[in-house]
Amino acid sequence: MHSFLRAYPTESKLLAVLLILCAGLSVASPEFLTLVNFTSLLNNNAVNVIWAVGLLVVLIAGGIDISFAVAASVVQYLCVYAFAAIGGGNWAIGFLFAGGFGLALGLINAFLIHQFRIISIVVTISTFNAFFGLLMFFSSGRFLYNLPSWWSGRVILWEHQTANGTWAELTLPVAVMAAAMFATWVLIRRTTTGRQLYAFGDNPEGARRAGIPIGLMQAIAFGWCGIMAGIGGLMQAHITKEVVPNALMGRELEVLAAVVLGGARLGGGRGSVLGCFLGVLLVAITQNGLNLLGVSPYAFKMVVGIIILLAISTSNLDPAKWFARKGGRP
Amino acid sequence: MTALYRRAAAAFGPEVPGLLGFLILVLVVFGLFAPNFLTGANFGSIAFQLPELGLLTLAMLMPIISGGFNLAIIYTANMAGLTLAFVLNQYGGVDAGMGPFLVGTVLALMVGALSGAIMGAVIAYIGAHPILVSLAMMIFLRGLGEFLTKGGDISGFPPWMATLGHGTVLGIPVPLILFLVCAVLWHVLLNHTRHGFSVRMIGSNIRAAAYSGLHTKRTLVLIYTLSGVMCAVAGILMLSRFNSVRVGHGEALLLVTVLACFLGGVDPFGGFGRVLPVVIALVVLQVLSSGLNLLGANQHLSTAVWGLFLIGVMVLRWGAGRISDRKRKGS
Repeated sequence: MHSFLRAYPTESKLLAVLLILCAGLSVASPEFLTLVNFTSLLNNNAVNVIWAVGLLVVLIAGGIDISFAVAASVVQYLCVYAFAAIGGGNWAIGFLFAGGFGLALGLINAFLIHQFRIISIVVTISTFNAFFGLLMFFSSGRFLYNLPSWWSGRVILWEHQTANGTWAELTLPVAVMAAAMFATWVLIRRTTTGRQLYAFGDNPEGARRAGIPIGLMQAIAFGWCGIMAGIGGLMQAHITKEVVPNALMGRELEVLAAVVLGGARLGGGRGSVLGCFLGVLLVAITQNGLNLLGVSPYAFKMVVGIIILLAISTSNLDPAKWFARKGGRP
Repeated sequence: MTALYRRAAAAFGPEVPGLLGFLILVLVVFGLFAPNFLTGANFGSIAFQLPELGLLTLAMLMPIISGGFNLAIIYTANMAGLTLAFVLNQYGGVDAGMGPFLVGTVLALMVGALSGAIMGAVIAYIGAHPILVSLAMMIFLRGLGEFLTKGGDISGFPPWMATLGHGTVLGIPVPLILFLVCAVLWHVLLNHTRHGFSVRMIGSNIRAAAYSGLHTKRTLVLIYTLSGVMCAVAGILMLSRFNSVRVGHGEALLLVTVLACFLGGVDPFGGFGRVLPVVIALVVLQVLSSGLNLLGANQHLSTAVWGLFLIGVMVLRWGAGRISDRKRKGS
């Protein structure tokens, strides 16, 4: 317990806040603590978590990516046309294509950052504008509805009829989310590459002198973020059953806020998959709770903004200190 | 020739000659290929479109020079606009006189200052990252604005307010005058005052600045407060340009302002940046956009070209840096 608090200060704080929030909401609203509510929370936030773990890797490596949500939209369009060209496709081809297109877009960012030594925020703001502008130009803002049936059809992995007759179900995006979280965890915690990513994010120059190939690090971080962006885009279109060019614009900042809330540091070298998940969940549960309490939907974002402000305002409190005999950090 | 170039570069900043070169190049290319490009009407419309983006860019500039960011600029501007709109609607709407306008303007500027001051205080005294703080403020202000307006428009302002958005004085558009006044003010503030010096020192190395006796925390609060005030000016201008206020007006400009700052040679890590090159960068962006527009492309293609243009400029700067490095090593 103590070691968990010390190793994951932000995550444990976030978990505590989440538990208090859940306890409060389950008292205030009878619908909150139900299976149906929880499964729908997971279904609705799977895409955000997929993007969040992708962005996490970039943040750990000391970069930032503003362009991934727009890249996801580009991948959706490319996928629609690619599937039409090969005459249908299936899920395996879908993941391959979406991941591949996403990877390519991510590698464009990595190439520009590494080759020309431009800071990542400048590159990704440029590519954000370039991707979005080109997408809107070539698509003329058209919505696409003619998705292949395998793509737009609902896939229910698990369902359960509750006592009052409503169905609780988990859909494909939740499984993809779990897979994305697991893969990212393996990458950053169980491989040498992962250790190198942390080292590179914490101190790029030190990592370079220690012999870590920094070009490869950028490629892995932004490539991974690109793959996750593409797969997230595939799932998003699967859920909404349509492709809208500007639907995902603005999501990048929401996901960024959630990831940083979960303990990743702008500047690199810190962050965990668990924290990402909890960060997305905190925002989602807050909105869900406000909804169940009958608060006007117009006020949701206001409250979410206040919560993030409060969360960062208290982020310098260290819970490990409360349990440690000797105060102070090492 | 090179001596002249060096003197110009020293006086106005090393980016200015290059950016002016780009501007001339863009003007020549569009002048040759786009019909009606080199006309008074076209430059008139550029002069009317530039100030909104320009004022917002100035609001973004000061935090970036201090090594921070202000992602809340658009919604701060919207909230300030809303404040003025509420006051005008409360005191007569279309028939409102000068009194309510002045009161509303003061209140709007105060709203901008307040939202900036809160951000600055959280950044300075808690030490949270500016991107994160301003992101939270942005989400909060958007929510607050949507809550207050239910996502709709607010309109019904006195007709004389159109002068502010569409009028001209001696043939110069009023918005442009407003922008130029603000730009000169920002230039003086950043280059000839104690505050400006502190801003740049904080951007270079905040710890060294603090150990040298600069009151870094107070300066940070002031930076974001001033940025908020500039947002409010932009919000008031947007109100009079569109004759309405909606939360989300100008959303797409957020990242364009960052782009303009970087194009104007502001160091993304902070510490270095001047107003003049940023103003020229803004003119380049606006001229690019209007030229493409005349060639029949839409706004979205301009957005794409802006993004590619910034990458191109950064690559050129990288190349120029390598060449000068090699020269230095050789001599």
